[in-house]
Amino acid sequence: MEPLERYRPIIDDFEAFLEACQRPLGNAVRVNTIKASADRAVATLEEEGVGFERADWNPNVIRLETDSPGSTWSSFHGFTHGQEEVSVVPPVVLDPQPGERVWDACAAPGGKATQLAALMDDRGTVVANDSNLGRLSALRFNAERLGATALAVTNQDARNYSLKPFDFDAFDRSLVDAPCSCEGTIRKNPDTLDGWTEEHMHSVAGVQKGILRRAIQATREGGTIVYSTCTFAPEENEAVVNHVLETEDCRVREFDLALEHSPGVTEWDGEAYDESLERAARIYPHQNDTGGFFVAKLEVGA
Amino acid sequence: MSGDNDNVGRRFDRLPATAAERTVDGRATREEVVDYFETRFAIPAETFDEYTFWEKGSGKIWVYAGEAPSPLEIEAIGMTCLRTRQEHWKPTTDAVQRFGTHADRCVIELDREEAARFVAGEDQELEWDGDWGYLIAAHEVAGAVEPLGVGLYVHGEFRSMVPKGRQRDLER
Repeated sequence: MEPLERYRPIIDDFEAFLEACQRPLGNAVRVNTIKASADRAVATLEEEGVGFERADWNPNVIRLETDSPGSTWSSFHGFTHGQEEVSVVPPVVLDPQPGERVWDACAAPGGKATQLAALMDDRGTVVANDSNLGRLSALRFNAERLGATALAVTNQDARNYSLKPFDFDAFDRSLVDAPCSCEGTIRKNPDTLDGWTEEHMHSVAGVQKGILRRAIQATREGGTIVYSTCTFAPEENEAVVNHVLETEDCRVREFDLALEHSPGVTEWDGEAYDESLERAARIYPHQNDTGGFFVAKLEVGA
Repeated sequence: MSGDNDNVGRRFDRLPATAAERTVDGRATREEVVDYFETRFAIPAETFDEYTFWEKGSGKIWVYAGEAPSPLEIEAIGMTCLRTRQEHWKPTTDAVQRFGTHADRCVIELDREEAARFVAGEDQELEWDGDWGYLIAAHEVAGAVEPLGVGLYVHGEFRSMVPKGRQRDLER
């Protein structure tokens, strides 16, 4: 818990935050609308006697009262997919449309990439990329189980991503759900803060800046980018977005989010960030009894 | 070395529309693939109107909804749907789950107990009056029949073809 002390100045009700971080997280699933409506998924869970509660902020998020969400009829049919509640947020904010070209720069193990396909009615092209070949096999397994036929899977370093395999030269929308120090997953992985160092955080932030810059370059003028992490560190969140505001042609956009959240920070550790970063969202574990997340929405050009 | 007329295992090639356009020996055509699903399982041909079919690896057919030029060297597109280049073509579990709701023939409906055995990867003795060979296993879920996967029916026995990684021990 000690590395989290540094966030005391920016988190309201810090004691409630620390207390929430020490509680284990329940099992949430997302309804895979490629294969079933939310009503059908819910009826299937009811029929097999699995207890659940539906999230009030999104009709496709269900909290299960079981320790093995992967061993249900609903899961076998691909009606539901185990996905942390807050990790459903970035694709919803990106809001991809059927027929579009969408890039998921760091896609493995595929929860968000398949959610993008579902939001597009599985029509269009979702290029699901990851630099880690081993993790790509998990993505492919999930994509096939969930019946996502709009996915094209690539294995490149997102920082210098090439669209050469394809016939088009820009995406309509891009999701950068960046590799990060994962502080926000502490309720799922209590040892996530072991070995936390400032050096590691700064090295990860360098990678994040590289990926987000490339995403802005690879997205068409007027296109949308969502940058997200599951960590609290402003160095990996607002500072990364601030960096691309200074180096690329883009701006931060406002968005609606029905989950309780806090605005992005504009000052941290002696650094000031662009005022527009207040439009980003910080989701803390104590606010909605979830994991932690950061989400920013950007528009290219204009 | 491989010539122009050989299948190249590491890349995706779009299937030719018909036999007249075929340049690679033994490669299935789009027409044959759609016809297979229609003849064997009565899945209407128009189900696949918005999809393209590709071969990567010998006889492995992939179904894809997105855009891509052919040939294509990436990790995957869409999902594997069919194994060709063998006497009896065999659809995949995941493709049957995705498109099998449109099937009306060679679909064997299982009760909950039989379905659970099938999903666990077990073979079982079952009565079946229809064709032998690969069948779509299905069962009723929340008021509608839902495909589970593919099984092989021979001599009164129904053998589950659910791949190991997809097998589950579910409530019977």
